[in-house]
Amino acid sequence: MITELGHFALILAFMVAIFQTIVPLVGAHRGNVGWMSVAEPAATTQFLLTAFSFGALTWAFVTSDFSLNLVTANSHTDKPMLYKISGVWGNHEGSLLLWVLILTLFGACAAWFGSNLPPGLRARVLAVQSSVAAAFFAFILFTSNPFTRLAVPPMDGQDLNPLLQDPGLAFHPPFLYLGYVGLSMAFSFAVAALIEGRVDAAWGRWVRPWTLAAWVFLTIGIGLGSWWAYYELGWGGFWFWDPVENASLMPWLIAAALLHSAIVVEKREALKSWTILLAILAFGFSLIGTFIVRSGVLTSVHAFANDPERGVFILMILGFFMGGALILFALRAGAMEAKGVFSTLSRESGLVLNNLLLAVSTFVVFIGTIWPLVTEIFSDRTVSVGPPFFNMAITPFVFALALALPIGGMLAWKRAQLGRVLIQLVPALVLAVAVALLCWAAFTGKSTLSPIAIGLSVWLVAGALVDLWTRTGRAGGLAARIGRLGRLPRADWGKAVGHAGFGITLFGVAALTGYQVEDIRVAQPGQPYRVGAYEVELLSVDRNVQGPNYISTMAHVALRGPGGEQIALLHPEKRLYPVAGMPTTEAGIDSGWTRDVYLALGDPQPDGGWALRTWIKPFANWIWGGTIIMALGGLLSLTDRRYRIAAGGAKARPVAARGLPAE
Amino acid sequence: MSGARARLRRLGLAGLAAVAMALAIPAGAVQPDEVLPDPALEERARAISGGLRCIVCRNESIDESNAELARDLRLLVRERLVAGDSDAEVMSYVVDRYGEFVLLRPTLSGANILLWAAPLLLIGLGGALSIVYIRRRAVAVAPAEAALSPDEEARLKVLLKE
Repeated sequence: MITELGHFALILAFMVAIFQTIVPLVGAHRGNVGWMSVAEPAATTQFLLTAFSFGALTWAFVTSDFSLNLVTANSHTDKPMLYKISGVWGNHEGSLLLWVLILTLFGACAAWFGSNLPPGLRARVLAVQSSVAAAFFAFILFTSNPFTRLAVPPMDGQDLNPLLQDPGLAFHPPFLYLGYVGLSMAFSFAVAALIEGRVDAAWGRWVRPWTLAAWVFLTIGIGLGSWWAYYELGWGGFWFWDPVENASLMPWLIAAALLHSAIVVEKREALKSWTILLAILAFGFSLIGTFIVRSGVLTSVHAFANDPERGVFILMILGFFMGGALILFALRAGAMEAKGVFSTLSRESGLVLNNLLLAVSTFVVFIGTIWPLVTEIFSDRTVSVGPPFFNMAITPFVFALALALPIGGMLAWKRAQLGRVLIQLVPALVLAVAVALLCWAAFTGKSTLSPIAIGLSVWLVAGALVDLWTRTGRAGGLAARIGRLGRLPRADWGKAVGHAGFGITLFGVAALTGYQVEDIRVAQPGQPYRVGAYEVELLSVDRNVQGPNYISTMAHVALRGPGGEQIALLHPEKRLYPVAGMPTTEAGIDSGWTRDVYLALGDPQPDGGWALRTWIKPFANWIWGGTIIMALGGLLSLTDRRYRIAAGGAKARPVAARGLPAE
Repeated sequence: MSGARARLRRLGLAGLAAVAMALAIPAGAVQPDEVLPDPALEERARAISGGLRCIVCRNESIDESNAELARDLRLLVRERLVAGDSDAEVMSYVVDRYGEFVLLRPTLSGANILLWAAPLLLIGLGGALSIVYIRRRAVAVAPAEAALSPDEEARLKVLLKE
């Protein structure tokens, strides 16, 4: 019964979405306030109906209602409760329901917190947002209905893919979707502004928090996914340039470009049409990401569905919204005249460089991702584009970005003096070069890229600190300046923290890829051996350890320091999930500030030993630590005073010079 | 074309199964018994394996994969290296047998040149557009700020001296 109500609520939400698309749009065109104001209650209703529908599906999973096809295919009574719940979105249909749930949530948020928007713009934003929702409701109802019943319910389910039964992956999709879908708000604002034909500083201020929030969610989502891959897939990689990873990286890069260019719109009323274009493209890449993952066109681990019907449907959604928005853009963008003027050397130019590098990186990733498909369609060649290409193509952009960032971030608006900025940055530069040289000298014979990247990461972090410090001004002594640090606008802190986070992630990546130590051998129980500075001893192996829904082969390995003192007892496992018929590995990891020791258990050998791989991965956790810090920077920026107070329509003129945040 | 399409169809159908199998026993990869006694040779073997795709898996190199076929290929690579082949010879040996699909780093030939040129073309095009944009903004600055002619500057200097 609850299932049917959930299904019914979903159909109703679809109807409301269509209604909310048409009526406010017509109302805004005619200036009919009544028709316009329909949008807000409709957005709330749409969200509540979708939430009810999602709740009904969750209920079916929690109670293991195997009369539902979806529950049978993706759940099992023995599964721990966390994975029964995460199983709701661990499949195609359920994940799409989560997608629209978030889409309608954002729409509702725009209705609830958008009271300071001009009524016309608000009505149009909500209408555009609702049109996206309507398309996805149709997609779910016509091609991917989660509420399909089975005529004969089985006794038990087929279990969720064991690889997905993991805390990291349980929360990875919701965060990614919050990011993907958050960009739909930027899209709705862009299209609404194009329909209105007006983009001003206030628009930049409204669109930026949404983009920032979406970017923060994407950052967390990507970080979780990468962390999961690190400890779950068994060889400690953190990024594989898999198409589905690229699908999330592209919107992230574009969103990063967008949240920087929106600053220029807000502060200087320049880069307007470019920002609109970025807002459209950002959501476009989210849709492309959805298409890649959902259609299975570039099959990989995340592609749950490979039904062409669904792929074609998403492609139609993509074509409709991107085509429509870009045509609108071509017609209207010319009318948006930039007001702000700036000289060649200025913060504005720095942000143009930022946008150039981020946008080009996005397109390079895009071309690399679809290249195998392109060659397959247009010629008879079947080629692969893998990590070697992406690493080579993207590294220069990352380096250029890291090199320019501290300088560009400190240039003054309008007209800057490069010399002054460089002098302030001298300590950061000296430190960075010294560290890079030290790494290069300490590890001769290794890649030269790692010392460069490490130097750049020091440059980024030190540059962020210098930036923050110079913002405290010169007046007063040390104590006065430290006191002023706390009173700097949150946006200044967000900028410094976010940029430092980028540096920390870069540092982790460089250290891990450049200096990890690997050992592969047959370990005999009771015979210790050395790996780097550590001693590893396989103590014993337990077979048939019973887990809640798996059987494990668990090794017990002692990790000792140089002096023979025990550091940790590690338990790398090989698990078999009998229902899904699938084995997985659980690495044994001793995490630390400066290194992870990572153990992966292999097969038993005829002589009684076990294949055991040991890695020492320097600064591995810094990769995700930096990711969290980047997200934190975004959050700090999001809580800046100007979004809480000065977000009003007519009031939102460029703020007075005194309180002008750096960002 | 028909071959390609058949392959696509096969991948479409077998996609999930292949993925499941490929990632099934992920801790395998290079087994202890595969490792060559000569560390220099082994290092070359690892580097080569990292650039070769496991054909039955999706998007995994043979160095990472635990599939049976990946193991065969790893052994083949090591065999060729021991026999004295150069890295390039090993690569072309494998490509001759399995096609260029195995190369994770696409060759610089034919249409692939476009792929490799894409970053340069894009940054060139984008850079040119950016410079034009910035110049135009800067020109708009100029009349307002460069209001002093050389003549006026000279007079200003005189005034300041006084």
